[in-house]
Amino acid sequence: MEERKFTISVYSENHLGLLNRISGIFLKRHINIESLTVSESEIEDVSRFIIVVRTSEEYVKKIVGQIEKQVEVIKAYFHTNDETIYRESALFKIASDLLFDERQIQNIIKESNAEIVTVARDFFVLSKSGRRSEIQGLYDKLKPFGIMQFVRSGRISVSKEAMNISELLKY
Amino acid sequence: MSTERITGAEAVIKCLLEEGADLIYGYPGGAIMPIYDELYKYQDKLQHVLTRHEQGATHSAQGFARATGKVGVAMATSGPGATNLITGIADAQIDSTPMVCITGQVARHLLGSDAFQETDIVGISTPVTKWNYQITSADEIPEVMAKAFYIARSGRPGPVLIDITKNAQMEELDFSYEKCKGVRSYKPVPKIEPAKVQAAADVINAAKKPMIVFGQGIILGEAEAELKAFIEKADIPSAWTIMGLSALETKHPLNVGMVGMHGNYGPNLLTNECDVLIALGMRFDDRVTGNLATYAKQAKVVHFEIDPAEIDKNVKTDVAVLGNVKDTLAQILPLINKNDHAVWREEFKKKDAIEFDKVIKEDLHPTKEGMTMAEVLEQINVASNDDAVIVSDVGQHQMFACRYAKFSQTKSNITSGGLGTMGFALPAAIGAKMGVPNREVVAIIGDGGYQMTIQELGTIFQTKVPVKIVVLNNEFLGMVRQWQQLFFDKRYASTEMINPDFITIAKGYHIPANRVTKREDLAGAVQEMMDSKEAYFLEVCIEKENNVFPMIPTGASVSDMRLS
Repeated sequence: MEERKFTISVYSENHLGLLNRISGIFLKRHINIESLTVSESEIEDVSRFIIVVRTSEEYVKKIVGQIEKQVEVIKAYFHTNDETIYRESALFKIASDLLFDERQIQNIIKESNAEIVTVARDFFVLSKSGRRSEIQGLYDKLKPFGIMQFVRSGRISVSKEAMNISELLKY
Repeated sequence: MSTERITGAEAVIKCLLEEGADLIYGYPGGAIMPIYDELYKYQDKLQHVLTRHEQGATHSAQGFARATGKVGVAMATSGPGATNLITGIADAQIDSTPMVCITGQVARHLLGSDAFQETDIVGISTPVTKWNYQITSADEIPEVMAKAFYIARSGRPGPVLIDITKNAQMEELDFSYEKCKGVRSYKPVPKIEPAKVQAAADVINAAKKPMIVFGQGIILGEAEAELKAFIEKADIPSAWTIMGLSALETKHPLNVGMVGMHGNYGPNLLTNECDVLIALGMRFDDRVTGNLATYAKQAKVVHFEIDPAEIDKNVKTDVAVLGNVKDTLAQILPLINKNDHAVWREEFKKKDAIEFDKVIKEDLHPTKEGMTMAEVLEQINVASNDDAVIVSDVGQHQMFACRYAKFSQTKSNITSGGLGTMGFALPAAIGAKMGVPNREVVAIIGDGGYQMTIQELGTIFQTKVPVKIVVLNNEFLGMVRQWQQLFFDKRYASTEMINPDFITIAKGYHIPANRVTKREDLAGAVQEMMDSKEAYFLEVCIEKENNVFPMIPTGASVSDMRLS
């Protein structure tokens, strides 16, 4: 069975312990979570999980079934990359002197559509959001100059199809 | 609604009474003492059974739930009390048993401080509970308790654990109670799609060689009458999983026996010859299917199921009918043609004859000197008029119990099916007998499993609950020994048991006891046990190296069932 990247999207009650319960579903089946983001959703008091995994379609269906079965989960979906609009965000902390000494860095920043968040005496912070490959591209270009700190967020995504969560909450 | 000012501990008791839980099992300790103090005050309304170990409390609650269909309740203190519940909770989870477990917890201000007897029981129990919750303030108690019972019993039932910090037990709240009517994120019973019911009826009506495998869903959904009406109208041979046993009486002409590893020869082999396989409230466990790659590939599969996550989980379904099987069977009945599958039914009879000749005859009427487990079960059938509640433990004796015990009514077979928990039967029998006191409850236990929860003899002695305990003693962990014999060249690694004198132990608990070593004494001894009005212990010394057959070796196809 062919393995692909899937984005699992979970709408749930915002309750303590649910993250543990959901991550346990992956643990039990020995599936590695590539990234996980939890935030508020468009509905008050409803959380949204975005979980990225690499697995087969047959397996992701079963996982979504197990997630949806949890009492505090309202609805779970899975999508392929083509079915979603998705981004990641990254922060780069770089020594300030490079910004002034290495003209090339200024060009890299300009071309990358990255944003300078702050400039301090010793360091400046770049923020870049986009697809994984774009962030990786910027990372590769900056790496030779020295990166003091780097961090990338998990994927956030919205689906192209409608999600009628408010409908599901009427009972 | 009127409220009253009471403590959290008293509120817990009132919630239990509101939910009809007037019989609970547990073990006290520091962090749950305020609740036990209230149990003392409410002892005329709510009976608390002191088990001898918290695991026993969970199994007793499970036995009670399985025999009655009600929610079982177990209670323990924090730390080790709570962790000792885990085996029973995991057992209830995999066997879909409605149970609410209440644990005490250190006071809220101590959480996370590694306080005495603190353990993260919510974290620990998460993978094996249907739902769990930690209450840290008294005013949460009524709503959370109502939700706990609702979730435990609704839809596909399961265990719920509620952890209550000590401060929440001691604080006061304005108490009023309202039963839970729903949880917005939780849809316990899927809506029935009439088109699916029709599609299932079309497939079933067109079948020439249909076969049913029903599971515990029939019992949990109380769909026994609907099952019978359905199979009789469509004339479909019906096999059961270990968890479905007793939903259809043994002597029903369409009852063709057990599927699975040690099930009957006919239903296993014919699973791979039927043209339509109808699964009713069952989940295609690996012990049922054997090798999935060769399981029922020729058949169209129709799956009636309450839990959408079970559809296509193990076996690909052609038609899935979601809903409570009681309702879906009622809806399909008028769409089903009256049918006669006499020729097909004959196939089961032919296979039965082979199994009788190769296995059952020697099991029931041994030519060897040593006694067989099947003989003992047969004597229990005779002495109970096929109407006992049989509570079995795990191993060879369990398979013999399920193969040979006869049943006249539902909710009569109580065993640890999914988790395979040795030590289950003795405490589960206590709960079952307390749940259905007018029925005869017989625990069938191996010498290994018996010693895992043997301390519950103390509970039996103290409560005087008249359970009948049969230990089938072959001085081996028999099932493991059988596998060692068949698959590990008879290397009997750590399976031989040098046992204590079980009669002396029973007598130490003042339980009448008898040991049978000779066949001629068996019938009389079983009769004497059944005639006893109080608890009774019977040890039967069994042939040491008897095996359970037929058998589908792990990973083999249901077609390759071995008769010897």
